Amino acid sequence: MSNILALIEISNHGDLEDSTPSLLAAAAKLGTPVAVVVTAPGAGAALVDHLGRLGAAQVYLAQGEQVGTFLVTPQVDALAAAVLAFDPGAILTVNSVEGRDVAARLAARIDAGLVIDAVDLRFEGTNVVATHSVFGGAYTVESTVEGGPTIVTVRQGAIEGQADAVAPVVTTASLGSETGRSAIIDEVIDNVVVSARPGLRGATKVVSGGRGLGSQEKFELVERLADALGAAVGASRAAVDAGFVSQASQVGQTGVTVSPQLYVALGISGAIQHRAGMQTAKTIVAINKDADAPIFDIADFGIVGDVFTVVPQLIEAIESRSKK
Amino acid sequence: MKIVVLMKQVPDTYGERILDPSTGLVDRSGSDAVIDEIDERALEVALSYKDAHKDVEVVVVSMGSTAVTVGLRKGLAMGADSAVHVLDSALAGADVGWTSTVLAAALTTTGFDLVIAGNESTDGGGGVVPAMVAERLGVPHVTYLESVQISDDGVVGERSTGRGKLRVHAALPAVISITERLPEARFPKFKGIMSAKKKPFTVASLGDLGIDPAVTFAGVGRSVVLQTTKRPARASGKKIVDEGNAGVELADFLVAGHLL
Repeated sequence: MSNILALIEISNHGDLEDSTPSLLAAAAKLGTPVAVVVTAPGAGAALVDHLGRLGAAQVYLAQGEQVGTFLVTPQVDALAAAVLAFDPGAILTVNSVEGRDVAARLAARIDAGLVIDAVDLRFEGTNVVATHSVFGGAYTVESTVEGGPTIVTVRQGAIEGQADAVAPVVTTASLGSETGRSAIIDEVIDNVVVSARPGLRGATKVVSGGRGLGSQEKFELVERLADALGAAVGASRAAVDAGFVSQASQVGQTGVTVSPQLYVALGISGAIQHRAGMQTAKTIVAINKDADAPIFDIADFGIVGDVFTVVPQLIEAIESRSKK
Repeated sequence: MKIVVLMKQVPDTYGERILDPSTGLVDRSGSDAVIDEIDERALEVALSYKDAHKDVEVVVVSMGSTAVTVGLRKGLAMGADSAVHVLDSALAGADVGWTSTVLAAALTTTGFDLVIAGNESTDGGGGVVPAMVAERLGVPHVTYLESVQISDDGVVGERSTGRGKLRVHAALPAVISITERLPEARFPKFKGIMSAKKKPFTVASLGDLGIDPAVTFAGVGRSVVLQTTKRPARASGKKIVDEGNAGVELADFLVAGHLL
């Protein structure tokens, strides 16, 4: 089995990001997972056990003072060094802002082919074949890389399962201090709200609200239903533009693409741009006053009615069941 | 200062977007072609800096079919000083690796202090070309900026990542990409439309940029589409009108589907 490099994302507080299990599961589908961890000196060793439990057979700890100050280039340098050390069959990053940046610069540096936003991966002979969900799931596309190394960004949470726990072999490397090519991080504004709710990306249930909620205060109804279902909170662009919620919650073509087991659309008309971000959900429920709203065309269960009467009744029904 | 804005032609998102099943490429005849709105916002960033700094030169660059001409002309009408259109039939089906190589060559030809692009297109949506271009040019990049302040020697801004915001800066020359948090583009004025016709408009082939595909791309990995399948349209399921009991019916539906 060939080595598969997986660039692990580390949170502002030094922990493994939620994307890690799925990324290592993706690596394990293809070969032997090698977790590449880029930290300030001494900060990576504490993560080794956890990575082993998630199936990383090898951990490559690249450490340098510039990590946290230089934007993206330390991760690129680390992966480039790991490529030489492990001769991998593929290099995986998370399809996040940072993961894509790293993959992009690395591909340009080592003349690799870059495959973006894979939702599944497999080997065919010596080629990695990636599956993509394109135009909001309207098409399924398979792609591969010809004539050079393969780098893949993997959609967060798309690949399920977990590799068997192992005791990893650890390699430690120091990052050189080279770089006139890097932007500089001046400040980290850690504005991720501490919330018991699951994050939108990779959530198994999502409740989204649209302009039909009417105001920022009334948008709270979306949050109440999300909490009753244990779901993440999303929104249409109209609701974001109206200031009901922050842009981080936007589902759709210019926001987050989700593919949950259950998607509940409240007061969302279902413009094509919104549908592009959610129509691969397994089950779609829509509640809207307008019987002609296009969201009903793709809903498995549609209710023509007022969200402010239907949703409280639904929450009550859910809560009375959970008490039984 | 010279600011180059990268623009991409995409199928209009207000229509149905089609993939050609035989090639896996976007069927650009199947829908109206427009310059991606995010790229017009990128141009607006450059033009608003030019408004306050008259010595700034703004160049719009696009790689694509002849249909790109319309979008580049619009860029000139909005206020860009010149346009470069990279047009070559050998580029049909170019992946991000090829595209970034060609754009880097075009930028080397035009010269630049700052390159501004949209963060990701509405069709491919890869969001990787700006950083690839930066690596090929050996300059810093800052992508996904939600705010931008340009000065003579650098660019400062905030970028959002999944885990919060970063305030970052880069020395020039640099490549940046911006998100739709930045202002909408201005409309071309009549005077701008008239003067656009007299502005320099260069059409460059790969040969003009010093690229021979057989040599430049030898040994470079390239992503290719193997297969494209149109997913069957999602059928609508049950639809009821609330007569006072819909919330309970929905709860029953969720229970039946093991979704509670």
